Amino acid sequence: MTDLTRLTAAETAAKIASGETSAVEVAKAHLDRIAAIDEKVHAFLHVDTEGALAAARAVDGKRAKGEKLGPLAGVPLALKDIFTTEGVPTTVGSKILEGWIPPYDATLTRKLKDAGIVILGKTNMDEFAMGSSTENSAYGPTGNPWDLTRIPGGSGGGSSAALASFQAPLAIGTDTGGSIRQPAAVTGTVGVKPTYGAVSRYGMVAFSSSLDQGGPCARTVLDAALLHEAIAGHDPLDSTSIDAPVPPVVEAARSGDVRGLRVGVVKEFAGEGYQAGVMERFNDSVEMLRELGAEVVEVSCPSFTYALAAYYLIAPSECSSNLARFDGLRYGLRTGDDGTRSAEEVTSLTREAGFGPEVKRRIMLGTYALSSGYYDAYYGSAQKVRTLITRDFERAFGEVDVLVSPTTPTTAFPIGERADDPMAMYLADLCTIPANLAGNAAMSLPCGLAPEDGLPVGLQIIAPALADDRLYRVGAAVEAAFTARWGHPLLEEAPTL
Amino acid sequence: MPGITREEVAHLGRLSRLELKVEELDHFAAQLDEIIGAVARVSEVAGEDVPPTSHPLPLTNVMRPDTVRPSLTPEQALSCAPAQEQQRFKVPQILGED
Repeated sequence: MTDLTRLTAAETAAKIASGETSAVEVAKAHLDRIAAIDEKVHAFLHVDTEGALAAARAVDGKRAKGEKLGPLAGVPLALKDIFTTEGVPTTVGSKILEGWIPPYDATLTRKLKDAGIVILGKTNMDEFAMGSSTENSAYGPTGNPWDLTRIPGGSGGGSSAALASFQAPLAIGTDTGGSIRQPAAVTGTVGVKPTYGAVSRYGMVAFSSSLDQGGPCARTVLDAALLHEAIAGHDPLDSTSIDAPVPPVVEAARSGDVRGLRVGVVKEFAGEGYQAGVMERFNDSVEMLRELGAEVVEVSCPSFTYALAAYYLIAPSECSSNLARFDGLRYGLRTGDDGTRSAEEVTSLTREAGFGPEVKRRIMLGTYALSSGYYDAYYGSAQKVRTLITRDFERAFGEVDVLVSPTTPTTAFPIGERADDPMAMYLADLCTIPANLAGNAAMSLPCGLAPEDGLPVGLQIIAPALADDRLYRVGAAVEAAFTARWGHPLLEEAPTL
Repeated sequence: MPGITREEVAHLGRLSRLELKVEELDHFAAQLDEIIGAVARVSEVAGEDVPPTSHPLPLTNVMRPDTVRPSLTPEQALSCAPAQEQQRFKVPQILGED
């Protein structure tokens, strides 16, 4: 008998459409898998058994009536707990929203439901998406399915771990500085940060509004493309949503032809701090692209070396403003309201009790960077660096079609290793941040295991804004070539748990 | 570059509406000092002539027609309020006694 949890999303949808299996059987297989192993992994904060089965029954009902099903109808999905879900808890990994039941769906949630995708539950994450390890979740860490003592990346570690442990074939992440791509890299899965504005932010709890972007996570490039198509598109409820057609990502994922494509290797993403095995797998991938007919050149983007510093001023500044809405007055936690304290005192006590250390650090850092006397030197300079980074990209994309680099400098590190060392933690996002600052599209996909620790390594591909299809073309080519070389998908080598 | 003192952290905590505990002050002071020391290098690179970028998209105000649409009911909007009274959010005292 086929293990329904091992299928790709495309295979699952085809089997449901043909009647070989039903959406309810598929949902049950995944709910059983979650019940059996998630105690060990802790990918989910909330499992919505009833909601998932009801959605699956609706898909089966439609099929029985002969109605046309969408390309992902009946496929289960793990949703990052940053998107609002009507009637289902949404915590953003924070105690300040513990027990909050949103009265509305995010646009992305609505699109998933309209596509007949079955939402299994909400996944663990670093509090307010601030982190690279999921250790900043107020509800405890998530284990990496390759080695449960290691981090699954962050902030979307619950989503990446759910995919890598076969608890769901699809997941949703959000990427402000790498929170989709870095978790994908360290778990051997695929993650895409679409062009800024491609996927609606309505109902997605805001961290840094000029950088935040929701996107698809999957085990294959084609599955990610199918999900990308389901969630992208203009939304009048998000004023920063792009009013342009969704690039032909599914078609690109099915083509996978890179002959004649110009690929640029970013010179600045190498050297000190990069693990030897990560560079070995990255260089393999570059060689592979050459063999597949791409034209590979080295490009220099000198301002990228300032990207991390600029990001850790811009993102905290925006977060210090965005998180001001958590004041304990209208929803979420309220602490210390004993009738004697003022609203301001209650707000301060609530935020002290409700936010974890990383969120407090970033709010204070942003408050510092925006304060008079420091504004020009910090926030103002960071915004100028953002211009320089955008110019570096423009120059590079004048010469090449896509850029490639390792997704993150090291493989998954042990839980606890960097937990109280913010600067060491921030280095995990070194290669992913520039694409957020400039608003480009970028993908991470598996390119093998590092020889020294046997853990997955991610290849990052970056494309210009609105050219998301190039990611899928290159990703599909690399994926097919590596799968042929290995004889199976990389995740076959992960422990079965 | 001046180091971040515990007094400064206490001040940032007040500005940020965080009632920090005494034991947090030294811990955050050391960490914020390290982070600010590391990110300060942004001021080295960009000259006067470089314009700032605040957003990746060249957007101006996005408007919609001013028409009435369905929205949350008072019951839905208040469904997660920490306290409510007469279809309103009930909040602690905002103005002083006098």
